[in-house]
Amino acid sequence: MRGICKSFPGVKALSDVSFTLRKGEVHALMGENGAGKSTLIKVMTGVYEKDAGQIAVDGKPIHFRSPQDAQEFGVGTVYQEITLCPNLSVAENMFIGRGRYAFVNWKSMKDKAARLLASLGIPARPTQQLSSCSLAIQQMIAIARAIDMDCKILILDEPTSSLDEDEVQKLFSLMRQLKEQGVGIVFVTHFLDQVYEISDRITVLRNGEYIGEYDASTLPQFELVSKMMGKALDDVSQIKKHEIAARDSRVPVFEATGLSSAAGVKPFDFAIRKGEVNGFTGLLGSGRSESARAIYAADKVTGGEVKMNGKKVRIGEPMHAMKLGIGYLPEDRKGDGIIADLSVRDNIILALQVLKGFFKPFSRKQAETFADEYIKALNIKTASTSTPIKSLSGGNQQKVILARWLLTNPEYLILDEPTRGIDVGTKVEIQKLVLKLAEDGVSVTFISSEIEEMLRTCSRLIVMKDRAIVGELSGENLTERDVMHVIAGGGE
Amino acid sequence: MAKAKAHGFQLFLPLSVLAILILINLIKGADYFSLSIINGALYGNIPNILFGASELVILSIGMTLVTSSSGGQDISVGVAAAITSSVFVKVLLSAGGITWMTILAAFLASCLIGLVIGAFNGALVAIFNVQPMVATLILFTAGRSVAFLIDGRLSPILANDLTGQLGSVIPGVPIQTPIILTVIFIALFAVLLKTTNLKLYSESVGTNQKAARLNGIDPIRIKFLTYMILGVCTAVAGFIAVTKAGRHDSVNLLKFVEMDAILAVAIGGNALGGGKFSITGSIIGAYTIEVLNRTLLRLEVDTETIKAFKAVFIIILMVIASPVVRAYASKGMKWLRARLGVAVPIQASAGAGAESGISAKKEE
Repeated sequence: MRGICKSFPGVKALSDVSFTLRKGEVHALMGENGAGKSTLIKVMTGVYEKDAGQIAVDGKPIHFRSPQDAQEFGVGTVYQEITLCPNLSVAENMFIGRGRYAFVNWKSMKDKAARLLASLGIPARPTQQLSSCSLAIQQMIAIARAIDMDCKILILDEPTSSLDEDEVQKLFSLMRQLKEQGVGIVFVTHFLDQVYEISDRITVLRNGEYIGEYDASTLPQFELVSKMMGKALDDVSQIKKHEIAARDSRVPVFEATGLSSAAGVKPFDFAIRKGEVNGFTGLLGSGRSESARAIYAADKVTGGEVKMNGKKVRIGEPMHAMKLGIGYLPEDRKGDGIIADLSVRDNIILALQVLKGFFKPFSRKQAETFADEYIKALNIKTASTSTPIKSLSGGNQQKVILARWLLTNPEYLILDEPTRGIDVGTKVEIQKLVLKLAEDGVSVTFISSEIEEMLRTCSRLIVMKDRAIVGELSGENLTERDVMHVIAGGGE
Repeated sequence: MAKAKAHGFQLFLPLSVLAILILINLIKGADYFSLSIINGALYGNIPNILFGASELVILSIGMTLVTSSSGGQDISVGVAAAITSSVFVKVLLSAGGITWMTILAAFLASCLIGLVIGAFNGALVAIFNVQPMVATLILFTAGRSVAFLIDGRLSPILANDLTGQLGSVIPGVPIQTPIILTVIFIALFAVLLKTTNLKLYSESVGTNQKAARLNGIDPIRIKFLTYMILGVCTAVAGFIAVTKAGRHDSVNLLKFVEMDAILAVAIGGNALGGGKFSITGSIIGAYTIEVLNRTLLRLEVDTETIKAFKAVFIIILMVIASPVVRAYASKGMKWLRARLGVAVPIQASAGAGAESGISAKKEE
């Protein structure tokens, strides 16, 4: 692939990106969120049409018009979410949608499936229902399906994100086997260690741009991280964050020990003081969001102890956290944050209303007053307080959710990716708001995939990797370089 | 104002259908609205519609709530009403004398059974995550046999003045009792919605369960609660139906009413997938269905073929209300406005005004 460009209305998703895959290699495609990995893959598999550039296989230029086109040519894709049918048998899943005839020879299908499974060493029976297999096996069956379609190029998009270590190893041995058979594998993942374990070469993208192609053996992990994040180190125009040490009370507002959750985050200790802004950082999938969710009990808490203002408390569900004065702005705005069909007003008052109680609804007038106040304070652009929140822009939706929590007057506010997908102006507004809140004595945990933003707002960073805390930075060590060092495992 | 507008648009469909039906009736005979007084009570087409639709209105209110919170429908409401009313009759007949007190006691007993049924369906839907239609299919299948057994394999008769008056007219009151009971029920429901956050919670859970939970709402509790409320609705509807009939027929009492109740919710402009709801819409929807039934009768459509005509009417209604047609309609309106706006400005505003009479009416 050479000089690939792809634009969406308003965004240039890929500009002049090149990608070369050799026969029998594992090639990792790396980049942070929004770097353009998915778009590139979708161009490769014919889901999107490219705007410019060319794709060639074995030196011959080709043009995929649809995913079927690409599939027939031998490009197989296995997505992060398993796209098979859990209620069908393994064999059915392997052959479904591929027959050209209305009738199926069940016997030969079963035999073929059995042979294929055996040759790839996948421990599954053809007649077994797919949902009875573990996720890793399901993943492998999806790969087997792709291989059986004579694929020359196999694209694995985050195949390991829902697998445990053993399962990952099984998957890797399958990948090595395929490599020997001459299949070219594109491997997309956020786990750095895995990249080095299996990949031959690495291509890095950032903000839709091609950063470079490297040999895995010669590129140190630290450099890979810095290439993914981009080096804005000489950006001197950083707003210097406030120092809160002066009025620092010694007792943390919130304190957790050995906290773990069903979402798979390893037990961790965490504390935040009054008026402090700290943050969880790490690459996507490092467990930074899961940790925040564990604090708020958004995921089922499986262990650990929490204290609020030095007193032992139990946070078993979000309501407990809310009652203790904790607010949580979720990472997935659409899925977890907004109530799409309800009005801006209802979305703003929701949390406070729930705190007040089922039998004590706010009067319409009171609700209007609250909504008007925050629409003005946060400069939310909406036609009226009754407009459904879904018709607002992403940034304004985010401000509505922020307003929802500010209205509850929280002692401790967790903001997970509050600035994702919103324009620069609003981003700065939100950052300023966070600092202002801290000045007023609110403790804030701020999570963002943009490292500059976190450096600008947080006075302490907790670095995460593979769902565990690997380091903590504050004061003079709070630089992009140090963060990358810790993420890459270099230490200090 | 924007709220009134959005609300207005939702109510446009049922209201305009109602208007068309009334127009058809007026064409058929100009005496449609005429009232007559028999034995001191009002009778006529309109009172008959209000009388006939009582149970449906009450059930569609409850149906609206469960639709909002759980994004599914309860198909056992008619059967549930047969059970609750059989309990009502059983308790009343075994109480010795029939007085207002024993009637009240029997009614409260039937409400209790309604709550039990609501808890059963609610538990399946809210706790075990069974699809509402499948969960309520259980009772739908078994319910009438249960009612038959409670009845003692008979069809008990309520031969007394008091229940007779509840089912028709109380001497000295000019309006038929079921109409009054329905109005009281609607008023109580309005108070419930006014004094609690039921609407906000149910809409939140129905729109985005995950977000609702993160804001401290317990989705399981809210879904469960709405099914309990529907249970009470079935008890009230069963009570009205059995006093109207004067006997308990476990096989035919409120037969197929569940489908009409769901239809009322849909005609009321409510999304059957849950979320935002309008009780007013459902109530109008329920009366619309009753008007439709009676219009077909008035047009002397064969009783046997009435269902087919009704089906055709509903198909037309649903297609008009579908988002696809709506999108086309608004596109067409824009085109028309642009077209006429350039050519003959004065006529354009008149033409557009006539066609967008809906929106104009709303803004008043």
